[in-house]
Amino acid sequence: MSTTASNTNASGGGRSRGPAPAGERLADWADGRLGIYSLAKSNMRKIFPDHWSFMLGEVCLYSFIIIILTGVYLTLFFHPSMNEVVYHGSYVPLQGQLMSEAFNSTLHISFEVRGGLLIRQIHHWAALIFLAGMFVHMMRVFFTGAFRKPREVNWLFGFLLFVLGMFTGFTGYSLPDDLLSGTGVRFMEGAILSVPIVGTYLSFFLFGGQFPGHDFVARFYSIHILLLPGIMLGLLVAHLILVFYHKHTQFAGPGKTNNNVVGMPLLPVYMAKAGGFFFLVFGVIAAIAAIAQINPIWAIGPYRPDQVSTGAQPDWYMGFSEGLIRVMPGWEINFWGHTLVLGVFIPLIIFPLVLVAIAVYPFIEAWVTGDRREHHILDRPRNAPTRTAFGAAWISWYFVLLIGGGNDLWATHFHLSINAITWFVRISFFVVPVITFVVTKRVCLGLQRRDKDKVLHGRESGIIKRLPHGEFIEVHEPLSQEQLYTLTAHEQYEPVELGPTVDENGVERKIKGSQKLRAKLSNAYYGEDNQIQKPTVEEYREITSGHGHH
Amino acid sequence: MSSQDIPEENLPAEQAAEHGHGAVSLADEKHPFADPGLPPHEHRIQDVDERAAKRSERTVALLFTISMLATIGFIASYVGIPHDKSIFVFPLGHINALNFALGITLGVALFAIGAGAVHWARTLMSDAEVADERHPIEAPPEVRAKVHADFKQGAKESAIGRRKLIRNTMFGALTLVPLSGVMLLRDLGPLPHSSLRHTLWAKGKRLVNMNTNLPLRPEDVAVGSLTFAKPDGLEETNESFQEEIAKAALMIVRLQPENIKDKRELDWSHQGIVAYSKICTHVGCPISLYEQQTHHVLCPCHQSTFDLSDGARVIFGPAGHALPQLRIGVDSEGYLQALGDFEEPVGPAFWERG
Repeated sequence: MSTTASNTNASGGGRSRGPAPAGERLADWADGRLGIYSLAKSNMRKIFPDHWSFMLGEVCLYSFIIIILTGVYLTLFFHPSMNEVVYHGSYVPLQGQLMSEAFNSTLHISFEVRGGLLIRQIHHWAALIFLAGMFVHMMRVFFTGAFRKPREVNWLFGFLLFVLGMFTGFTGYSLPDDLLSGTGVRFMEGAILSVPIVGTYLSFFLFGGQFPGHDFVARFYSIHILLLPGIMLGLLVAHLILVFYHKHTQFAGPGKTNNNVVGMPLLPVYMAKAGGFFFLVFGVIAAIAAIAQINPIWAIGPYRPDQVSTGAQPDWYMGFSEGLIRVMPGWEINFWGHTLVLGVFIPLIIFPLVLVAIAVYPFIEAWVTGDRREHHILDRPRNAPTRTAFGAAWISWYFVLLIGGGNDLWATHFHLSINAITWFVRISFFVVPVITFVVTKRVCLGLQRRDKDKVLHGRESGIIKRLPHGEFIEVHEPLSQEQLYTLTAHEQYEPVELGPTVDENGVERKIKGSQKLRAKLSNAYYGEDNQIQKPTVEEYREITSGHGHH
Repeated sequence: MSSQDIPEENLPAEQAAEHGHGAVSLADEKHPFADPGLPPHEHRIQDVDERAAKRSERTVALLFTISMLATIGFIASYVGIPHDKSIFVFPLGHINALNFALGITLGVALFAIGAGAVHWARTLMSDAEVADERHPIEAPPEVRAKVHADFKQGAKESAIGRRKLIRNTMFGALTLVPLSGVMLLRDLGPLPHSSLRHTLWAKGKRLVNMNTNLPLRPEDVAVGSLTFAKPDGLEETNESFQEEIAKAALMIVRLQPENIKDKRELDWSHQGIVAYSKICTHVGCPISLYEQQTHHVLCPCHQSTFDLSDGARVIFGPAGHALPQLRIGVDSEGYLQALGDFEEPVGPAFWERG
């Protein structure tokens, strides 16, 4: 079809003389080989809707880039080796001490390489922010229902990124071979040993023999810098491609439908805003790394399996697994010369289940609603009370475990008994999510009622009026059409009916257990008491057209 | 721009009908209030007042200039500040001057670029909202039919369905070939055998104080103190020091013999001195906290608590069994010595432990 030569000659009415500008010629050259114009046609002026919560995913993307940049720098100086060396560096308190080359080179990065400490701290802070960003981003997607069709696969990609991010973080902070991280690795070894039948073998294969051995730093290194980030980069690219392909979701509002996306174009507005936001995130993390120390391994010392310090804590995202292992009773079953270490193995099993519980939710909701349509308009959390309550319950569960993971710190900082905290967490593990579920659902329904009131009666104006007969009333102002539309734009499902138990011939119909369960769940989601019916036009007219309404 | 009202076919009720899915039964009036359409664009002051726009331009340029200055500051700090200089910064206290200077200048240089770009976008670039059409993700029926037909044609041409022998042997080959990769993992480590059951402790091994590196005599162990010991001959410089100390680490306390409740513990002690494995039976943290009054030891990692006066049984926390005790006595020269290895594996439990 088109060739670069003809493009150059034919292009532009305004510029008829001379060769095309260099940039244009370069673009033509690239288009002839890469077809960039077709790509740019649909994407250069692609519309992005504006909402502060859409920034959360960007925080993750940018902190990931920052981690890659600083991580590559750190590999230039880090020696992933467990050979023992004697320290002769500039940090006086450790001079003459035996330590692994990994620890030694981390000290070198921190004390001798100018800016090395800064890059180390940016790397570590960015990792914490990356995980926190993913957590909050995931919650945003969850509570607004952005995971619904067609975005379920992207939800799973994001979930996998979160899980892999956790393990990349764990293998990363284990690399310096310091006393704190070594304790974490020992915890992991103990957990692997608890696996029935194969645990001991897995541990010996992972550590190249008995713990700690001489191999795990080098092995964690290749996992941390190559294997996991490689997979994550692939998932990240896929995640972004799908975001582009599906186009962004948007909140309901005037002019915003399920069939359009309203916002501003990528070029120039989002190029500048999103591009600028990268620098904002990087700048803030650099400033944090300048003023807030993180993981001062020189104060912790090199790893020795027979030493430990108090207050040993993993990085925050591993805290809930720490909570699981701390509050679990120490059950052990011995039989036929074997030991089933339930006290460690059960937490090891619950650890992924906690995460899977939230990962599979979109599929459960889709099954309950039976809705196969695409959804591009976000829900306000209150308009999906059961979903919101489930999400809040999950978060409360996660945070109960975080408290369990730091039970020693809670005890020392708040002068509480460690036994009392442990028992509190054991009970809360079962009770708090239930309470949170019930309370959140009530709150959501209350907010739905308030929205309904606002639609029907208008907003409170704060003006008190005295009527001729002495009664005081507050004047309510009717809402604008935009507000009325926005508050009633959400759709409401009706619960699934099982239908009659007998067919037209009076023969008993077979209803599968799964159908019954679905009907039950559907009723719990959308039954009479589980959502507030939206105001109808009749209700509205009745009230507004009426007499002396206030 | 967007239409003023939602087209009929966009209404959920219509969509539901189109997909023919009964479960999504929807009330009669899904949207009681009509969509008024996009609100009219409101001009910002920069759109109508060139002086305000100029001000924005200067602000953006100032931010970019600050970034340039900060980068120069970064280079100057890198060259000029010695890496071991410390300064006092309120409220952070004494901190490394170079790290602080580099971080702040880099942070400002980056942040100013971002702030400039965002301010530029917000005040000078068009903020008119535009609507883009969405198209269904799923392919239209004719495309779907074509793809299915193509696939069937391809599968038919390959004869994979007809020539079952090829198909089955191919699946067999593809299933087996990854086994090579699994085999190659075998040499990641040796087999455990009984290595988790043995430590360096043996009959006649002296108990050496971890801190002084001298053999211990009973009189060196005072009541109320917690002493850490290692087997004689194990030095930090040994090739396998870490693996050995991970199993052999020992803690020693002196109790009043009448306070020892467990009979075996009393038998295995020497003048009230008892020796227990320091490695927690939960997941292997070293136990390091000792409460003199109650004779309890506590693992600082997960708070498992053991009663040293009662066979080191678990009294709180997630550990599953008592700490293994080492049988000790005194040799002819009056030094504490082991009377054998631990009788059960030390550290975390595992499947073969029994």
